[in-house]
Amino acid sequence: MASKLTLSNRTGWTFALPGFALIVIFIVLPFFFAIGLSLTNQRLLSPNATQFVGLENYRQLLGLGVVTLEPERDDAGEVVRNEAGEIQYPRLREITRSEAYPQYRGMREWFRWQSGENVMVVIASDVVFMKALVNTFLFVLVVAPVQGSLALMLALLINHKVTGINLFRTIYFMPVVVSIVVVSLLWRFIYDGQNGLLNSILQGLTFGLFQPVDWLGNPSTALPAVMAMSIWQAVGFHMVIWLAGLQMISPTLYEAAAIEGASKWQTFRYVTWPGLRNTAVLVLVVITMQGFALFAQIDVMTNGGPLDSTQTLVFQAVERGYGKQDISGGSTISVILFALVLAISLTQRWLTRER
Amino acid sequence: MIASTCLCVPALAQTKLTMWYHGAGNEVESRTLNQIVSDFNASQSDWAVTIESFPEKSYNDSVAAAALAGNLPDILDVDGPVMPNWAWAGYLQPLPIDESDFADFLPGTKGVWDGKLYSVGLWDAAVALFARQSTLDELGLRTPSLDKPWSREELMAALDAAKASGKYEFALDLGMNDQAEWYSYAFSPFLQSFGGDIVDRSTYKTAEGALNGEAAQAFGKWWQSLFNGGYAPGTSEDPADQQTGFIDGKFAFQWNGNWRAVATMEAVDDVVFLPAPDFGAGNKIGAGSWQFGVSAKSKHPEGAAEFIKFAAQDKYLAAFSDGIGLIPPTPSAAQMTKNYKDGGPLAVFFDLSKAQALVRPVTPGYVVQAKVFTKALADIANGADVADTLDAAVDEIDADIESNGGYGHR
Repeated sequence: MASKLTLSNRTGWTFALPGFALIVIFIVLPFFFAIGLSLTNQRLLSPNATQFVGLENYRQLLGLGVVTLEPERDDAGEVVRNEAGEIQYPRLREITRSEAYPQYRGMREWFRWQSGENVMVVIASDVVFMKALVNTFLFVLVVAPVQGSLALMLALLINHKVTGINLFRTIYFMPVVVSIVVVSLLWRFIYDGQNGLLNSILQGLTFGLFQPVDWLGNPSTALPAVMAMSIWQAVGFHMVIWLAGLQMISPTLYEAAAIEGASKWQTFRYVTWPGLRNTAVLVLVVITMQGFALFAQIDVMTNGGPLDSTQTLVFQAVERGYGKQDISGGSTISVILFALVLAISLTQRWLTRER
Repeated sequence: MIASTCLCVPALAQTKLTMWYHGAGNEVESRTLNQIVSDFNASQSDWAVTIESFPEKSYNDSVAAAALAGNLPDILDVDGPVMPNWAWAGYLQPLPIDESDFADFLPGTKGVWDGKLYSVGLWDAAVALFARQSTLDELGLRTPSLDKPWSREELMAALDAAKASGKYEFALDLGMNDQAEWYSYAFSPFLQSFGGDIVDRSTYKTAEGALNGEAAQAFGKWWQSLFNGGYAPGTSEDPADQQTGFIDGKFAFQWNGNWRAVATMEAVDDVVFLPAPDFGAGNKIGAGSWQFGVSAKSKHPEGAAEFIKFAAQDKYLAAFSDGIGLIPPTPSAAQMTKNYKDGGPLAVFFDLSKAQALVRPVTPGYVVQAKVFTKALADIANGADVADTLDAAVDEIDADIESNGGYGHR
């Protein structure tokens, strides 16, 4: 196999060469650059010489700590409470800025919880990165199953020989053709909190009962809004992949199923779904990778806000590398992202392996 | 059209100079600039300038990429507050022109870093409170003047009155969706008027005390109240509102730049441009717009300087101002314009820019500081804790200054 592929297939390799060369120049090489840069303090523009800093950038991004805040007490040792009866705690900054705790210097609160009278605070060197990490995972966890199954349903719907089916195929596929930047701009209008299309429709459907929501301006709705729009935009692409998979399944299997008297569900369960196995793996891996690369929607629609509710890893990498001229920091995020996606793809591959 | 003709027929003996410009897509600006270039190329036989225009959003990235690749043009267009960053990084060389040639230029139009003149602007920009005279009369508000601007109480009373009238979607539009340079340009003067600043300008080595001191905390609380109180739309505002929201009557007041002045005057008969309110430490507005400089790699700095001097003639300064409403940098050019001559509708800006405009912090670190400031203001507007947010911003700015070896400040 190997010798046939490498030796008897010169023409094939010659044809593949330009593609491979481009991938090496624009993807593989820059990635090795990124690993190298992440170990330095390289800036985008600076007259200062670049220095090797080891794992300092990784420590800056991933550093975590837990601080226990004890309630403030008055001279008599009583816990101080405000008018509302809430226990008063010292400001975290008094600890993170104190000379007594140099290890917490520059760290900020990520989240906190109550533990008896005390408060436990998880602090991070880079809170925004941590939030970006969580948001990115959330995005993938929601988008991958929803988009994948929606696409499959659409593919099943349009996999019929009915007159005019091409019209539906076109309609479902259309959002994929439009640039994501344009789509994001348009959806900003749809999501507008004052007189956006979505609010108008919901108000019309509920006869004015629905209170307008500022979809992109509210920390609890901003990320779901971006998810919904992203699912809609790319669902057509995966629908086409599913469709290709569906059409690869031999019609004789369906004929056999029909003769055996299989119900619609049984046909799907025992003929269609097993036949789509490789397609399913491909769709899942592709959606996961695209989900981790979430950037354009954020850049156009929310800038990571409000209150970091839509920060993502790629947006942070770009913001840091170009916006804040910290190329080494941006590279470090890219390397971490690569490691994450690689680990997840390998796990997916292992979970869906032939058994 | 003009551009394509002058690009095609350079005279043979002329040495070619290249120039990059940020204003791709802006028709009036391009027409005026192309006119200057073709006039310059025809006026002498030594140099021929060609322009390449970039969209504003990607201009700075293009320059950074070109610098890394060693492909900078001879003449660079640079945003005033970014200039120290580029000068420090070695993209620009000091202008080979005597500074006295620009003696009567507004201070905001001269880019000086490390004691040397690096760039000169053909206009300055200013921000004002756009309002209708009829609105002021209806709500019974005093018209503020440069000498007697609104105080904080008067501003809030005006916003309250506008809100109570029920005629507007919001009392005030700040253009909050534009989270690029607009935040530090338009809103840091509020902070400065409270008595704070983005960074401590006496040393440029820390933001401690400037961005999180008492004045800054007061500013932050006031800033948050604008959004908590429903006076102004927040960060998810419709981008079109900064162009047409005021004209359509959605807002009673709008904090906007004078580059929107001409278009607004055409649509709204009784528009008035009010000076910034005084929050205690004087009324301040930003200064410093796009400027021309010579790239460090240029082999013909004297030719580039010739062009910049040529472009800085009063007639061109006046043409830019008439075209887009920007402030002409010299008093003599101002007298040649429709809007800025004595008694003109925008004349107040010229004096304001001369007297009270404050350039953004002149330091290579400004680029990062502006980003941090923008995020802090967006977060505060969205309800983040004021003290914590400002403290975190200070930490980030200080860490950046330290990791850049103090950005060359001595």
